[in-house]
Amino acid sequence: MANLPENAALRRTLALGPALAIIGIFMLIPVIIMASYSFLEAKSFGGVNWVFSGDAYVQLFYERMLDDSLRLSPGYLIIIGRSVALALVAMVCCLLVGFPVAWFIARQPLRQRNMWILLITIPFWTNQLVRTFAWIIILGRNGVIEVPFRWTGLLAPEQTLGLMYSNFAITVGLTYTFIPLMVLPIYASLEKLDFSLVEAGADLYSSRWETFSNIIIPLSKPGIIAGCLLVFIPSLGAFIQPDLLGGGKNLMLGTLVQFQFSTARNWPFGSAIAMILLAFVVVFLMLYARASRGSKSLEVH
Amino acid sequence: MTRIQPAATVTPLHPAAPTAVERSGGEPAVVLENVCKTYGRGASAVEALRGVSFDIRDNEFFTLLGPSGCGKTTLLRALAGFEHVSGGVIRLFGQDIVDVPTHKRPVNTVFQSYSLFPHMTVSENVAYGLRRLRRPADEIRTTVAEMLQLVKMERFADRLPTQLSGGQQQRVALARALAPHPKVLLLDEPLSALDLKLRQAMRQELKQIQAETAITFIFVTHDQDEALSMSDRIAVMSEGQVQQVGTPTEIYEHPANRFVAGFVGDANFIEAEITSPIGAEVTCRTKGGLDLRANGAKARPGQRSVTLFLRPEKVRLAPKGQGTVDGQVETIQYLGNACLMEIGIGEAAPVLVSERMADVDQPRRAVGDRVGVVFDPRALQVLEE
Amino acid sequence: MVVRDNTIPAVAPRLGEKKRRAFGEVPGLRTLAFCFLAFLYLPIGVLVAYSFNDGNIVMVWTGFSTDWYVKVFGNADIRKAALNSVIVAVSATAIATTCATLAALALARGGAFRGKGATLGIITLPLMVPEIVTAVATLVFFSSIGLNLGLGNVIIAHTTFCIPFAFMPIRARLEGMDTTLEQASRDLYASDWETFRLVTLPLLMPGVLAGAMLSFVISMDDFIITLMVAGAGDTTLPVYIYSMIRQGITPEVNAVSSILLLFSIVMVTAYWFTTRQKPGPNAH
Repeated sequence: MANLPENAALRRTLALGPALAIIGIFMLIPVIIMASYSFLEAKSFGGVNWVFSGDAYVQLFYERMLDDSLRLSPGYLIIIGRSVALALVAMVCCLLVGFPVAWFIARQPLRQRNMWILLITIPFWTNQLVRTFAWIIILGRNGVIEVPFRWTGLLAPEQTLGLMYSNFAITVGLTYTFIPLMVLPIYASLEKLDFSLVEAGADLYSSRWETFSNIIIPLSKPGIIAGCLLVFIPSLGAFIQPDLLGGGKNLMLGTLVQFQFSTARNWPFGSAIAMILLAFVVVFLMLYARASRGSKSLEVH
Repeated sequence: MTRIQPAATVTPLHPAAPTAVERSGGEPAVVLENVCKTYGRGASAVEALRGVSFDIRDNEFFTLLGPSGCGKTTLLRALAGFEHVSGGVIRLFGQDIVDVPTHKRPVNTVFQSYSLFPHMTVSENVAYGLRRLRRPADEIRTTVAEMLQLVKMERFADRLPTQLSGGQQQRVALARALAPHPKVLLLDEPLSALDLKLRQAMRQELKQIQAETAITFIFVTHDQDEALSMSDRIAVMSEGQVQQVGTPTEIYEHPANRFVAGFVGDANFIEAEITSPIGAEVTCRTKGGLDLRANGAKARPGQRSVTLFLRPEKVRLAPKGQGTVDGQVETIQYLGNACLMEIGIGEAAPVLVSERMADVDQPRRAVGDRVGVVFDPRALQVLEE
Repeated sequence: MVVRDNTIPAVAPRLGEKKRRAFGEVPGLRTLAFCFLAFLYLPIGVLVAYSFNDGNIVMVWTGFSTDWYVKVFGNADIRKAALNSVIVAVSATAIATTCATLAALALARGGAFRGKGATLGIITLPLMVPEIVTAVATLVFFSSIGLNLGLGNVIIAHTTFCIPFAFMPIRARLEGMDTTLEQASRDLYASDWETFRLVTLPLLMPGVLAGAMLSFVISMDDFIITLMVAGAGDTTLPVYIYSMIRQGITPEVNAVSSILLLFSIVMVTAYWFTTRQKPGPNAH
C-alpha cells in the first residue's frame, strides 16, 4: 500500500503523533538527559554542575582518598556482582519450578489450562509492593515460619532464624514476584509443541531423559529464553525486593540508584549506575534478538 | 503383483490358505487377545476397543480399515505403546508387550502428520532412532544413506523438514521409521495428507518397500481403495470391534455383515424373506413381493428374514422386459469411467447400478428410461446376521 | 541393507499392583503444580488473614477484628492517597488509551511505511527500560526543565508507561479482526469515517476496554516511579503504604494492602473475561 492517498499518510502521522510525542518527550529525552548527567559533576545537595567529568564512573571502581589519590574499592562492584548473582539465582529458581509447571499446564485439557493461566496471571498483576510486604510477615522475626519453632521451644524468644534481611529473602522475593513471567512464555511454546513429536521420540527409542533433552528442550527454547530474560532483567533492576527484604546492607543496583538520588544526592553517580543497568538490559535484549532470530529460521520457510 | 518374499512365508492371498502359524510353524508377528481400551471413568467412559482379537502374520501388509472413531488408531497407538490397554494381551512375536515402554518396543511408527523433528535435518531425523540404539557411527551413516536411497530422498539429506513438500516429508518419515529395522512398522494414515495423484503413486511404493524390507506393515486407513489395493489382509473395524478379517477379495466379495458390505464399496441392501429350503441357492421374496433367487451360502438353517446384498457393478441393464425385473432410471451420476444410476423398481428402494463406459462415449441411459435389470443369483448374497 | 535384529528386551513381570502411568505423564508434576499455586497465593492469604488481627502487632495473633478496616477508612491520609491514586490512574488511563488506540489503528490499518519497526520500538520502549531507570530519568527530566505541576507530574509519568500496556491488547484485537468486514462496509457505500464509526470501532471496543483496564491496574500498582516523581503532597496509595511499612508494620498496613489486592484481583479477572473470546456456536 505504498500509494496511499496523501491524506491517509497525514492521518497516520497525526494518529501516531500523540503516543510517539509522549514517549519521546517523557521517556526517550529523560533517558538521554540522564545519560549526559552521568558525565557531569555532582552538586553537593542534588543536581549537577554543567562541567564534564568522568568521576561518576571512576567512583564505581575507585575510592578517592583525602590526598586526591585513587584506591581500588570493591564496594560498588560487589553490589553489581550481588545484583547479577541474585538475579541469576532467581532466574534459575524460576526456571526449575516454572518449566515443569508450564509443562503440566500445557498437558491439561483446554478449560483447565485457561483456569491455570488465569490463576498465575492474577498475582502477577496485583500490587508488587504489597505482595513483597507479605513476605516480611512470613519470613520475619516472629513470622509465619518462626511461629512453629517458637511453640515447640526450638527457638528461644530472643533468637531468630534470621531469614529476613538476607540474600535468601531477596531471592525468595524476586522468584515469587517474577515467576509468572517464566511460566507464561514457556507455557506458550509448550502449548504449541506437537505432542506427537514426543511420541515420535519415544517410538524411536528415546528414554524419558533423551526425549526431554533432544526434543522438548530444543523445541521450547524460544519460550525458555524469553522467560529467562523476562525474569532476569526486572530482577537485576529490582528495587522493592532488596529494599523491603534485604535490609540496608544487601544493596542491589535498583536500591543503589534510588539511594543516590534520594539520600546521597549524588545524581551523576546515580545516573552512571542507572546507565550500567541499562547497558546490561541492552546487551541481554540484543542477545535475545539474536537467539530468537536463530530459532525463527527453524519455523519459517 | 510381484512380491519378493522369503520362502518360509506363506502368500496369504488365497482365502483358503491356512494361517501362517499352522502352515510353517512360524509365529505370528502380532497376536491380540481380547484387547480393551476405555477412556475416562463412570458415566462419561468411552469404550474405544471392546475385546479385539486377531493375529497379524509375519511379513504381512496388514490394514486396519474403518471409519473415524472405530478404534483403529487407538489399536495402533496401543501397539506403539502410546496408550495403555485396559485389558487383554498384546503379543509381539510371542512376547507380551503390554507393559513394555514405548522406547523399548521394536516397533516404529509413521505418524499421520509425519512428526519430523523440525530442529533436525533430514539425515539427523533418519539417524535419530539408530543413535538412541547406540549403533556404531559408520553403521548409522550407511543405514541412513540406504534408507534415504530407498525412499529416493538422497538429495535432501541436509534439508530441514520445513523445507520439504508434504510428499517429501512423508518419505523421510518412512525412512526414519524403517531405519532401526523394526519388527513391525505402524503406519497411521500416512497418505491422508497427500493429494490424489501422489497418494496413488505412494501406494505402489509402500507396497514395494514392504516387500523389499520384509518388515510386517500395519497400516491404518479409512480409505477403502487404499486398503483393497495394498493389503495382504484387512481387518475392518467399527465401534471398537473387529467386523471381519480377511483378504481384500474376501472383504469385498464376501463381506461378513451389513457394516462391512456398506463401508467397503457401494452396495444395495434388500430386505427379504427366504421362501425356500436353505441351500447354496435360496429363493427370497422381497418386501415389494418380488421373488428372487439368491446365494444362500451364508444363510443359517431356519433363518427366514434376511438382508440381501448386491454390488452395483454386478448388475447389468438390458432392454425393457428382458431382465429379471423392470425398472426406471431415476438418477444418473456420470463418473467418467462409469455411470452410477438409481433404478426405481416399484415401491422398493431404488437399486444402485454401475454401468461401465467401455465402448461408448455418451451415457447410454437417460433419466426416465425404462430398463430391465439383470444379475447373477450368485452375486445376490444373503448376509450373515 | 544392514539388517540388525532388534530383539525385544527382557521385561519385568506384569506390573500388577504398580499403577500404570499414561504415556508422557511425569510423576509428581501435579503435586508440584499445586505447591506452586500455594506458593503464589499463600503470602496473599497470610497478608489478608493478619489484617483481621485484633492486636496492633501484626505477627502476634490476639483475636479476630475488623477494626483495622474501620481505621483505614477513617484515616484521612489514606483517603487522600487513595483519591490521588484514582485521579492519577483515571487521567493516565484516559490519555494513554486514547493515544494507544490511535497509534494501534495507524500501525494496523495505515499500510506499510518507513520506520514502522522503529515506531513500534518507541511505543514499547517503556516495557524494556527497567522501572528504576525510568523513575530516576523522569525525576532528572522534571527537575532539569523545572516542571512542577504537582500531581500533574505523576500523571505525565504514569501516562508514559501506561501507553504500551494499553497499546498491546488493542493492537492484538485489531490484528485478529477480519479486514474483510471493513471492506464489506465500504462495498456497501460507507465512507471511511462511517466504516470506522460503525464497523471498526464497535469491533475494537473490547480491545480498547481491555487496554484501559490494564493501564488502570498498572497505574494503580505503580510504586517506584511515583516514589521518585511525586512531591510531598502528591502521594499515591502504594507510596503511602510504603511509608507505613517503613514506620512499622501494623495490621492497618495489612488492611489497606488487602483492599488494594482485592481491587487488583477484581480488575484482572474482569480484564481476563473481557479479552477472552466469547464462546461462539462452534467453539469447543
